[in-house]
Amino acid sequence: MRAIGIILAGGNNNRMRELSDKRAIAAMPIAGSYRSIDFALSNMANSHIGRVAVLTQYNARSLNEHLSSSKWWDFGRKQGGLFVFTPTITKENSLWYQGTADAIYQNLDFLTSSHEPYVVIASGDGVYKLDYNKVLEYHIAKHADITVVCTACRDQKDVERFGVLRMNEDCRIEEFEEKPIISSYNTISTGIYVLRRRQLIELIERTAQEGRHDFVSDILIRYKNLKRIYGYRIDTYWNNISTAEAYYQTNMDFLDPQIRRYFFREEPQIKTRIDDLPPAKYNPGAHVRNSLVSSGSIVNGAVENSVLFKNVFVGSNCVIKNSVILNDVYLGDNTHIENCIVEGHSTVRPNTYYCGEDGVRIVVENAERYHLR
Amino acid sequence: MVKKEMIAMLLAGGQGSRLGILTEKVAKPAVSFGAKYRIIDFPLSNCINSGIDTVGVLTQYQPLRLNTHIGIGIPWDLDRNEGGVTVLPPYEKSTSSEWYTGTANAIFQNMDYMEQYHPDYVLILSGDHIYKMDYQVMLDYHKANRADVTIACMPVPMEEAKRFGIMVADDQGRIHEFEEKPEHPSSNLASMGIYIFSWDTLREALYSLRDQNGCDFGKHILPWCKERGERLFAYEYHGYWKDVGTLGSYWQANMELIDIVPEFNLYEEFWRIYTKGDIIPPQYISQEAVLGRCLIGEGTEIYGEVHDSIIGANVTIGRGSVIRGSIIMRDTVIGEGVIMDKAIVAEGVTIGDGAVLGCGEERPNVDKPDVYAYGITTIGEHTVIPAHVRIGKNTAVSGRTRPEDYPGGVLESGQVLYVQDDEMAWCKDKGKEGEHA
Repeated sequence: MRAIGIILAGGNNNRMRELSDKRAIAAMPIAGSYRSIDFALSNMANSHIGRVAVLTQYNARSLNEHLSSSKWWDFGRKQGGLFVFTPTITKENSLWYQGTADAIYQNLDFLTSSHEPYVVIASGDGVYKLDYNKVLEYHIAKHADITVVCTACRDQKDVERFGVLRMNEDCRIEEFEEKPIISSYNTISTGIYVLRRRQLIELIERTAQEGRHDFVSDILIRYKNLKRIYGYRIDTYWNNISTAEAYYQTNMDFLDPQIRRYFFREEPQIKTRIDDLPPAKYNPGAHVRNSLVSSGSIVNGAVENSVLFKNVFVGSNCVIKNSVILNDVYLGDNTHIENCIVEGHSTVRPNTYYCGEDGVRIVVENAERYHLR
Repeated sequence: MVKKEMIAMLLAGGQGSRLGILTEKVAKPAVSFGAKYRIIDFPLSNCINSGIDTVGVLTQYQPLRLNTHIGIGIPWDLDRNEGGVTVLPPYEKSTSSEWYTGTANAIFQNMDYMEQYHPDYVLILSGDHIYKMDYQVMLDYHKANRADVTIACMPVPMEEAKRFGIMVADDQGRIHEFEEKPEHPSSNLASMGIYIFSWDTLREALYSLRDQNGCDFGKHILPWCKERGERLFAYEYHGYWKDVGTLGSYWQANMELIDIVPEFNLYEEFWRIYTKGDIIPPQYISQEAVLGRCLIGEGTEIYGEVHDSIIGANVTIGRGSVIRGSIIMRDTVIGEGVIMDKAIVAEGVTIGDGAVLGCGEERPNVDKPDVYAYGITTIGEHTVIPAHVRIGKNTAVSGRTRPEDYPGGVLESGQVLYVQDDEMAWCKDKGKEGEHA
């Protein structure tokens, strides 16, 4: 392969509410069996990128655990492989990553010691499938300095979460606004970039010398009139999970048969860590409708329009509706959960009632787990 | 020098002919079990959970799926720098070349493999039982008795004892006699086919009986050891252990997994069973689906009704289909409006819309009455069943069957239908295309 990969997985924001208390967004579970970073990692592996760095700093325990072995994505190699870089104290620097560009700067050795001519940068919070080789070919054909993968924003209100851009007929980016409150444009950056490795080293070094730290505002926006920055448009499924609502919606999207076929049945496949869980078990009293259920789960109650992650226990007479139940949750008998995201490892006592009235409610309940399976 | 205290030798070469067409293209240890496992996962997981990290798997009959499944042993953490899992097929030698002619002969032919680990003990296992067992506890028992051979045994009901190899042991557990499938058993301790040998005893027995035709542990090695006055002990095991050698016992053992709290519990944190997890996505249960008691594997999509069944990974069950008391293995596609009662459907089968399986009266099978019994309908792997046909009980179907293979659209109870796939079909089609051009 002609490129190395960098996955920016450091971030956290308060718009995930309690969900990001315990983990980096890149480690958020997705669609029952996966975690957010699996999509970027699998895309890298499926694009035959053999050397990938994951840059992370916020509460990376969950992410580190997920990446503890790189064999699931076929990165368990002598040549190349998967590298997880958290901030370290060095002779020159004792600060955390102060931004995306700074995170790359602090790990510049990874770039300088590689010999592949190109770099693919992706974020750990996108849910999509993409062959980065196609972006790279486009990048070369356009003689671009930087190529930004972009897509149409699903909901115009959401532009405030993204970088919004306008391209000319040749797809060169002419305007780029970072997280505008409102915008007249609908095209947003997916946070996936392709550029030459030497170009990236040069830009990152110069940015660092100027005391700047952010890849988007200090490189993309600042250099957009000087460098040839192009947009590569995708119209396949892409979603970003950086708010609780977007996270909920992304999971619910998998109840659509077309999206399921696209991600689960069509090649190439998304890979993830294997957990060695037994098959899902349905006991008398289980009434499951239009739901996804993952391995290790035991269902004794009613589940409708919901996504059950791994190792979920649903007690007798429970009613679970329009909800996302994360890994290792225990729901006691007669519990009613509606329009909620139940945080992983929660133990919900019997006879509990939770309902999200306007919008999604996040449930974190750490009752003592007195019932052991 | 590499030194392992105990290594395991897992006999996985048998066909398991009593499973009929289920083992037509795969060895018995590679047959699916419990929605996502294969039978060999149980002894392999027991090994690693017992701290045994060196396992030789002896293969012979149809080994492809077994080899693919085991790979380098990643799912069981048996990918090791020293030891780990090694697949041991029969091989050509300069003096003589032969297949594995018996269980002990197979072990004897792999003397060099065992020698390189300098073991003190060798554990002999077979790849066709469902159980969880700590072999380390058995080894402690072996050492405490200063035994030469320890045989794991299980008390069985007296009336069933005549189906097994029976051990007659004294209060200390020392074995004084064996009876192979006795008419009038004098004990109810049945051998489970799990042995620990002290290395010197095993080596001496194998060399002494090297010219024995079809050398077998039960028939030759154990009697030889007893003759020599070696210390043979019975290790009594009281947990769950199931031989899944017949279609009836295979079906029964699968069904026991769906009890509310199954005797054999796969959900315990302790003593996990590992398998190759190559199918990842969650399962989807549709708006119109109805689920009774069942186990369902990854990636499966259910649009119909499922009761008291074991459904493997990546299966599709169409709208209006009703599945009862059946085992459906991975990658199978079941059309709409299919009615299925007490069937075993192997991997990669396609069943057309409106087909009915397991209907009518029970009648003995014409081909193999002792194999296709228990009222079960058995469908071999990659079989195609056309739409709207009716298939009776105690039947077996394999191959790409067409509507004309079913006179009046029916396969009566007790009948079999084997269609030999025309492997050159694609070639002929190509030829025809050529003529047109």
